[in-house]
Amino acid sequence: MSRRKTERLLSLVVCLLSSERYLTATQIRDAVPGYPDTFDAFKRMFERDKEELRELGIPLETGANSAVEEEAGYRIPRQAYVLPEIRLEPDEAAVLALAARVWRQAELAGAAAGALLKLRAAGVDAEETMQPGIEPRLQAGEAAFGPLWEAVRDRRPVTFDYRAAGRSEAQRRTLEPWGVVNRHGRWYVAGHDSGRDAVRVFRLSRIEGPVKFSGPPGSVTVPEGTDVRETVREWDSPPPQQRPAVLRVRRGAGHGIRRYASSQQPDSDGWDLVQTAFSDVGWFAEHLASFGADVIALEPADLRDAVMTQLKGALA
Amino acid sequence: MNRRPPRPSHSTDRLQRLLALVPYVISRKVVGLAETAATFGVSERELVDDLNLLWCVELRAPDPYCPIDLSYEGGEIVVSQAESMDRPLRLGVDEASALLVGLRMLAEIAHAAEPGPADGSALSRTIAKLEAAAGEAAAPSAQVAIQVDRVAERAVLATVGDALARGRRLHLSYYVPGRDEATERDVDPMRLLVVEGRTYLEGWCRRAEAVRLFRLDRMLAIDVLGIAAEVPADAQPVDVDQGLFRPSADDLNVVINLSVYGRWVAEYYPCENVTELGHGRLRVTLRTPDGGWVRRLALRLGENGQIVEPAELAAAVREDAAAALSQYAAVPDRGRPGQDA
Repeated sequence: MSRRKTERLLSLVVCLLSSERYLTATQIRDAVPGYPDTFDAFKRMFERDKEELRELGIPLETGANSAVEEEAGYRIPRQAYVLPEIRLEPDEAAVLALAARVWRQAELAGAAAGALLKLRAAGVDAEETMQPGIEPRLQAGEAAFGPLWEAVRDRRPVTFDYRAAGRSEAQRRTLEPWGVVNRHGRWYVAGHDSGRDAVRVFRLSRIEGPVKFSGPPGSVTVPEGTDVRETVREWDSPPPQQRPAVLRVRRGAGHGIRRYASSQQPDSDGWDLVQTAFSDVGWFAEHLASFGADVIALEPADLRDAVMTQLKGALA
Repeated sequence: MNRRPPRPSHSTDRLQRLLALVPYVISRKVVGLAETAATFGVSERELVDDLNLLWCVELRAPDPYCPIDLSYEGGEIVVSQAESMDRPLRLGVDEASALLVGLRMLAEIAHAAEPGPADGSALSRTIAKLEAAAGEAAAPSAQVAIQVDRVAERAVLATVGDALARGRRLHLSYYVPGRDEATERDVDPMRLLVVEGRTYLEGWCRRAEAVRLFRLDRMLAIDVLGIAAEVPADAQPVDVDQGLFRPSADDLNVVINLSVYGRWVAEYYPCENVTELGHGRLRVTLRTPDGGWVRRLALRLGENGQIVEPAELAAAVREDAAAALSQYAAVPDRGRPGQDA
């Protein structure tokens, strides 16, 4: 933005903020330096300026001072403009700086930095000190996060191409998004899938291509009592049904299995007999196969077969 | 070195800064040029240019006047008149959400370490104050949530926290999945990190004589020793902003073909050169110092992943699989009636 434009916008903000009355376009042109002389050119520039101020979150109101006034005017009500008083104790300011750092490399980093700046301008001393304790970070990198967050924020439906696990082709999906959840480091969006008329959860990393808005702001209603964390948790959690398994595990190996064992006892020739439980036979067979010759699945039979199939696949 | 956080979009950057600058000075009455420039992430020269611009603001009607009066003599900024610009603009939805979501994430971590009511903690006080100050802009933040760690045991987290707080050395029995090994080591704790939803202890590993990260969910046993932690003064904390995975020149380059059921590898591990092979199949290059880890990965993938390069590693996987299968031939199938030997 040119210096002249910055000056003009700044003057415009001060002008509208200082006046309790609505100012007409003509009054604004007379007060704020930098607008062109012809009225049409002024109007065009003024329209763009108003748009820029609104994008910054400046509450620009349109109205008239009385019912008899014909021409609408503009003002920025101080009440709506100012950040309310906020006083933070030193320990509170410290956690605030830490919270802003969560986003450091992630999508809302700019927003977090902007928020800190405003709070500092309100007198908060949020120093970014290196402190002992905990240092949480979100990783950057999901292109879909930006548009989905906008859609959730503005309550707009979206469409995108999604490649579900194990699908060779992506499918077009239409979603009324209810919320965005980061679970164990991965981003998900949950909402109502209009095409399937059901609640669905999508992993952001499996969205291919752009996320497009498919409706106007405010057109999505999040059902009352919706807890998107719960929606994603239910979708992500393994089935609670657990089946017992018996394994032969080479002594001194298979720590990744022994950790979750319900019992371990010595078996013959340097092997142990390990009892454990699993819920998904496919996943557990892959897990057991990763231990190679150190683990043998004895029971149940379908698990044993699944591990052998897995190993034969690796042989090919 | 830390990268600077991305700034708000550049076209409106300066206006936002100017609107924050005046109340920043007013709330501190008098403040140094250098300190202010650092806070706003600009050079002193840029800052002086900002101050001049503010001072020059002029309204011409109904009567001409300059609403802002300030000085920066001797490197100290004082604003003596600011009209209606004495307070910062309220928080936008994105701004309020970024901080609130971050604070709630911290609160969740704190709760995991120390369950029980959080009333009165710095976190809950800050969340309440920020929600009040943000007003309506705070509401959408409820639609973004961050959940951390499923398996970091509460007791482990509490023990690590205790050792950090008291500056004590820890003894760990630590599981290394790449080698399927339980290792014993003494660690001088430095800090806790939560990255990609997992909790790590960063510490000086006395066995490796280097800074190492330890996942809390891989600590098989943990003891606080009666010895003070001694982190060498030149121990460099890991720069988490650069990612936890740092390839090295000694790494193996492993090329794997993945079936549509093996695509998850590209989502879980940092891959270089991801190429679509059609029908949902992928070719990826993984870089790792640990051949054992790749062999386990290949066994886990079975027919859904084939190592293309290096050939020796592909051969090793086939040997692993053959050795494992031969065990099945040797052990009776106890799962089927009538086959029990």
